[in-house]
Amino acid sequence: MLRYIVQRIVLILPTLLGVALLVFLMLRAMPGDITDVMFKGEGGSVPPEVIVAERARLGLDQPIWVQFGKWFWGLLQGNLGMSMWTGQPVAYEIAIRLELSLQVALMATLLAVLIAIPLGTLSALYKDTWIDQVIRVFSIAGLAVPSFWLGMIIILVLLTLFTWHPPLTFTRFTENPIANLSQLVWPALAVGYRYSAVATRMMRSTILEVLQEDYIRTARAKGVFERLVIMRHALRNAMLPVVTVIGLEFAFLIGGLVVTEQVFNLNGIGKLFVEAVTRGDNTLVQGLVLLVATTFIVVNFAIDMLYAWLDPRIRYR
Amino acid sequence: MNSRTLLAAAALAVAVTPALAQTTPKRGGDLKFAVSAEPPNYDCHANTSFAFIHPVRPHYNTLLKFDAPNYPKIVGDLAASWTVSPDGLSYTFKLHDGVKFHDGSGLTSEDVKATYDRIRDPQGGARSVRKAAYDDIASIETPDRLTAVVRLKKPNASMLANFASPWDCVYSAAKLKQDPKFPERNILGTGPFTFVQHAAGSHWIGKRFDGYFVKGQPYLDSFRAIFIRGAPMVNALAAGEVMIEFRGHSPADRDRLLGSMKDTAQVMETPWVCNLVVSFNGKKKPFDDVRVRKALSLAIDRWGGAQALEKIALVRHVGGVLRPGYELAVSNADLEKLPGFSRNVEASRAESRRLLKEAGAENLVFKLTNRNIAMPYTPVGVFLVDQWRQIGLNVQHEQLDTKLYLAAQQKDNPTYDAALDFNCDFMDEPNLQLIKYLSHDRSPINYAGYVDRKLDELYDRQSGELDKKKRVGILREFERHVLEQSYIIPTIWWHRIIVANKKFRDWEITPSHYLNQDLADVWLDQ
Repeated sequence: MLRYIVQRIVLILPTLLGVALLVFLMLRAMPGDITDVMFKGEGGSVPPEVIVAERARLGLDQPIWVQFGKWFWGLLQGNLGMSMWTGQPVAYEIAIRLELSLQVALMATLLAVLIAIPLGTLSALYKDTWIDQVIRVFSIAGLAVPSFWLGMIIILVLLTLFTWHPPLTFTRFTENPIANLSQLVWPALAVGYRYSAVATRMMRSTILEVLQEDYIRTARAKGVFERLVIMRHALRNAMLPVVTVIGLEFAFLIGGLVVTEQVFNLNGIGKLFVEAVTRGDNTLVQGLVLLVATTFIVVNFAIDMLYAWLDPRIRYR
Repeated sequence: MNSRTLLAAAALAVAVTPALAQTTPKRGGDLKFAVSAEPPNYDCHANTSFAFIHPVRPHYNTLLKFDAPNYPKIVGDLAASWTVSPDGLSYTFKLHDGVKFHDGSGLTSEDVKATYDRIRDPQGGARSVRKAAYDDIASIETPDRLTAVVRLKKPNASMLANFASPWDCVYSAAKLKQDPKFPERNILGTGPFTFVQHAAGSHWIGKRFDGYFVKGQPYLDSFRAIFIRGAPMVNALAAGEVMIEFRGHSPADRDRLLGSMKDTAQVMETPWVCNLVVSFNGKKKPFDDVRVRKALSLAIDRWGGAQALEKIALVRHVGGVLRPGYELAVSNADLEKLPGFSRNVEASRAESRRLLKEAGAENLVFKLTNRNIAMPYTPVGVFLVDQWRQIGLNVQHEQLDTKLYLAAQQKDNPTYDAALDFNCDFMDEPNLQLIKYLSHDRSPINYAGYVDRKLDELYDRQSGELDKKKRVGILREFERHVLEQSYIIPTIWWHRIIVANKKFRDWEITPSHYLNQDLADVWLDQ
């Protein structure tokens, strides 16, 4: 087991290096740079020497391999570089937004798990009954409705019925839980619904599959209570693919709530991503891609560990 | 609510506004307003975006400023009075006494000199993007603590208006001496509000400066600029979470806001000092042929287009190279005689087809490069494509992200055929508005790539001409030449629409979204 963990950790480094190199080169392959957006985006008649000086200040006049070398050397020392737009450290730009994104991701995940596991199980156990039909409609609707659209509907309903809008600026949960939740519960709901629909569908199909397994039939033949068969044998085995889905969705939420964050004006990682790409802030985009890649790798790693805990066969291999 | 009712409501709101303005201002309150973008740094001299002006301007003063209700009249800001010598070569400013920076230090003429010296000739790594506007300044003298004398090398008709630029925040000479880059990361002005916080990506807070030199102002306790854009911004305005967004709304957003805010809304509208123009890539065939460029201009029904587009986009006014309605702009009667502005569009299109045939470009296929910003770029781009299709041309509409859009128009190696470009600045002054039309080796924003020394010469002549009548004559000649050559052709001028909560009082709309943003005399009726 320890060897397995070490192997996985060792593999993380070349993966991150590959991602870093790929993103760096792809961003540089695109025409134009941040100085255009900064000085010409509003039509300002800016002297060319100002733009030349700015490009030099940002190191954009240097060969690509020098730029990459400097950035990578910083990376090895734990320095993600400076945002080309704000001049602040990339780590700082990410850190001030990560708390919000993490909280929304956690709230949405919690909501999804609380909905998906019971509903998916019920849907499988009562296959083709009205209960199953209702749950299927609920989950398919969740898959069909984009989170941002649901978010817009939530906002419009709040506006129309209560002439109320969720707070526009973030307050920490520890500072004021009510202000915090009144801002974040809505995006968590919008995202969590779609998320729960994916997990519910997965839960239903895996439970149905597991219920056909020999060990379930054996347990039932031995006279084990049905509840025990479901809870101990079926549910635990059915959780493996569901855990994967939940884990990957969670990782996606860290940087992927691009439109939902715009709809609710959340100052999170997704919104920062859009702004960084729009402005051509390459250093910030690189930092953000590394963050998302790291999140996926860490979550995958955690899922693998969870697999091992849920399924002893993986540990024994 | 149908559009006629909405317009009536808008007109009523506009009509009601002056009456509201007569009420005695109340002190107190936190003004929340929306800003749809965020500034990259805090230095007035190095920025170009409204996203900078809206949160930062309340912290600073400028030497002069535009009088918003009477735009383009200029009034003093830090200058209590000023005189201009009869030859136009010397400007003497007398500063208000007792003006303090937010750190308690007093403002003197040395601060004004240090500020303008920094703009003219930035040192120590400081950036100045408006250096060219002050090229005609020979020296700045400070005969006493409250007097600054600016001497010019030659007369410049725009110079007084330049001193009212909202970008020329007056900085502390002492701080600039310590660090010329001090304003990039620090806010220290004399303005009505002191800096409290900039929460990156979220908001910006300022609070009343009790030592502000205008007694009794500002009225607000504080302001909070919230970075929010698009539909969420409109929602926040509808819910009263923000009182106003100062840049402008589309007609659709105005109508939606009027529908949801009902009697809590006030609407202000004005022609806007922003214009969409089409640049033709003169380095590419067949756009190097004046007949082709002129034919493409003649094919556009600007009058009909403006009437149709004003319902869906924030464009409305037909004009030449200067904003329609501006005192130095061409009259409608004269405009209609210029190529591309005739009301007889069929005759223009017949001429257009003839010119294309003569140039061998009857079946021209080309791409219109546009920005992927919906308002007003998309509707105007679609309109132009339709106009050119009506003379049998095949035009592809390509909408790009701002970075790629600007890259396609790079001066040295432009890849585009025709691009929907824009011209937008803080005032109507021709010295600023006509830069786009100068030869590309003189103008950083001419992406058409041509060199036309006649235009350069006319520009310089009008710039130095202090007699308004003579200046207008030169401007007309400049305009006629631009339109005859059609290197860059004006399409339709923008129309600024602001919807605000009625609790927000005494703010006046101007034709520029860069002006009247110090928030010194606005107040909240609550």
